[in-house]
Amino acid sequence: MASPALKTTHPGCAQSIVCDGNEAAAWAVALSRPDLVAVYPITPQSSLVEYVSQFIADGKIQAELMNVEGEHSVLSALHGAALAGGRTYTATCGPGLAFMFEPYWRTPGMRLPIVASLVTRDGITPQCVWGGQQDAMTMKETGWIQIYCETVQEVLDTTIMAYRIAEHHDVMLPVNICHDGNYLSYGVTQVDVPEQAAVDDYLGEKDVNWHVALDPLRPMAVDPLTGGAGGIGPSKFVAYRKSLCDGMQNALGVIEQAHQDWADIFGREFAPLVEEYRLDDADYALVTIGSMTGAAKDAVDSAREKGEKVGLIKIKTFRPFPIEAMTRALSKVRAVGVVDRSVHYGWNCGPLYQEVLSCLYRTGKTISARPFIGGLAGADLTEAHFAKAIQATATMWADETTIDSPIWLNEND
Amino acid sequence: MHGPPPEQLLKAKDYKSDVKPIWCAGCGHFAVLSAITKALAHLSLPPEQVALVSGIGCSSRLPAYTHVYGFHGIHGRALPIATGLKVARPDLTVLVTGGDGDGFSIGGNHFMHACRRNLDLTYIVMDNEVYGMTKGQASPTTDPGWEQSRLTPHGTGLPSFNPAAIALAAGAGFIARGFSGDPTSLTDLLIQGIQYPGFSFIHVLSPCVTYHPEQKAWKKTVHEQSQSTTADPVVAAQRIQQSDRMATGLIFKAISQVQQQQHPSKNISLEQISRQFVTHT
Ligand SMILES: Cc1ncc(C[n+]2csc(CCOP(=O)(O)OP(=O)(O)O)c2C)c(N)n1
Ligand code: SF4
Repeated sequence: MASPALKTTHPGCAQSIVCDGNEAAAWAVALSRPDLVAVYPITPQSSLVEYVSQFIADGKIQAELMNVEGEHSVLSALHGAALAGGRTYTATCGPGLAFMFEPYWRTPGMRLPIVASLVTRDGITPQCVWGGQQDAMTMKETGWIQIYCETVQEVLDTTIMAYRIAEHHDVMLPVNICHDGNYLSYGVTQVDVPEQAAVDDYLGEKDVNWHVALDPLRPMAVDPLTGGAGGIGPSKFVAYRKSLCDGMQNALGVIEQAHQDWADIFGREFAPLVEEYRLDDADYALVTIGSMTGAAKDAVDSAREKGEKVGLIKIKTFRPFPIEAMTRALSKVRAVGVVDRSVHYGWNCGPLYQEVLSCLYRTGKTISARPFIGGLAGADLTEAHFAKAIQATATMWADETTIDSPIWLNEND
Repeated sequence: MHGPPPEQLLKAKDYKSDVKPIWCAGCGHFAVLSAITKALAHLSLPPEQVALVSGIGCSSRLPAYTHVYGFHGIHGRALPIATGLKVARPDLTVLVTGGDGDGFSIGGNHFMHACRRNLDLTYIVMDNEVYGMTKGQASPTTDPGWEQSRLTPHGTGLPSFNPAAIALAAGAGFIARGFSGDPTSLTDLLIQGIQYPGFSFIHVLSPCVTYHPEQKAWKKTVHEQSQSTTADPVVAAQRIQQSDRMATGLIFKAISQVQQQQHPSKNISLEQISRQFVTHT
């Protein structure tokens, strides 16, 4: 059962409810009026798609729900529907995302504006059903847009924005809205639910297969054979790749605009790419991603009270990587501690750390940096963990050193 | 090492591990675990000569609760893992367990090919017509009108999958149906399945009392099949189609043509195996 309404608050908002992140995402999906939702259940995503299914059963949205035989079929079904002009949705995580991989990495190349929530879950082995961002991070090179949320309200709002971004004609790319399994999927807060009419206006007319379609009136070869060996030559393949890169770069501006318009209509502002928190006069900063940011901000506030000049940089859009916004933020400080919820094997750090290092090159100055890894397999990342990260970063700042080996924040928990 | 050496008579409890199952009280899977250990004891199979491979699901937790070699695999992939194991170690008795979701939904493709490949595996599917582990969604064997799932509140509307019919069509030589509520007959079917020199499929009606409490009524509706086992696939097909899917017993047993050339048993002693596990300090 969907949560009961409390009261109406912001402009453009129909009601205020108390719910968890999975239900918030389901409200967003309902308000975005998809034509097809295909699912295969997996922890901690299951309740999300059950809420969507309830909305459909109650007639709140006119959509088809397909309960198919596995994630490979889930995304394949969405391919068919998107090519036929439908607005589509699914949600998955962890092993489900892994099983979805084959159609998953074809989706961006076909430029299908599918929206999928990743209720992020750590990778196995060893067996684990808890939150972590290893699943989403493993997919970062596939061409999907990836946006990570911090709060339940942000999950709701950003999931609607995802359709605006995905279906923008300069983008036409699939979007993953990532919300941390457990922390956000089951974390309950009060959220505002936008009005249907306002969302309809915000999203505009659906037009998702103008460029590639399974449509008898517009016969075309979808996904032609390119390259050598009987294909039409390397140039076509390169053209596909280049245009995908262009779509990704275009997305940066589109994501900013989508957030701006959202704020104008619904009165809620979120930093679209990179958020700077108490950064302007900071000597050093933490870099965070996703729901851990709340505890990290608290730790920053406490350290500030003790006179530490520490700030925080949160990344929201991870793909495309907001190089300029991140570089701008980094250039304000002289040391950073980067906290990842996943592992970047081969670099002995987390993926966010590795990408921050690339941006540091662009700042034109060498500053101290250190990777932290925490929150794996649902481990708690508390204010105390961030206090530890702040202290280690402060030491580095004072010593002007960079230490590449990671501090594993839950190693002794 | 616990448990007596192979030459001594083994008891069912010698095949159970110290791990306490975390199934719900009343779950059908308890009786399946117990029937498997009884069958192994009856056959006096040395635990180190038995491997139990599963997928993911409540039912797939079973290997952890036994004292034989176990592997908790990937959702839907128990059969390919077991196939690889059996090909590499034909001397082992390889059992495969899982649920209807694991075996017929996400792993449905492998089910057909394992029947067809006819390796000497015993495949035990605990069918509760629901995905128990993910809290009660409809599976391929769910009744089309079942409205208790939050994912399909108006039922699936899809005809349910008939596992015995698929197994027969795909070439399985041993097809039986058991019931967790009748563990004695189930043990007997398991013994016959393990002894059968080819792919044996044992479809076990095993209620999920939490998400499918109506299945408690299976105590009354499950019944023994009226005919004896047939070796004729045409007769078997007819019976499977005509049956109410609640009839238990050995439905079909073909004269087996096992595809796999049996390697001579390696006959490794328990002592030799345990030496492989010595940790060097
Ligand atoms: C690739 C993948 N998708 C989804 C899941 C989530 N999942 C775990 S078990 C399960 C279904 C279990 O049902 P069944 O096999 O019938 O066993 P039961 O729990 O009912 O015994 C699902 C969907 C998963 N682990 N991996
Ligand atoms: S949820 Fe169902 S299948 Fe799983 S342990 Fe409980 S009763 Fe058994």
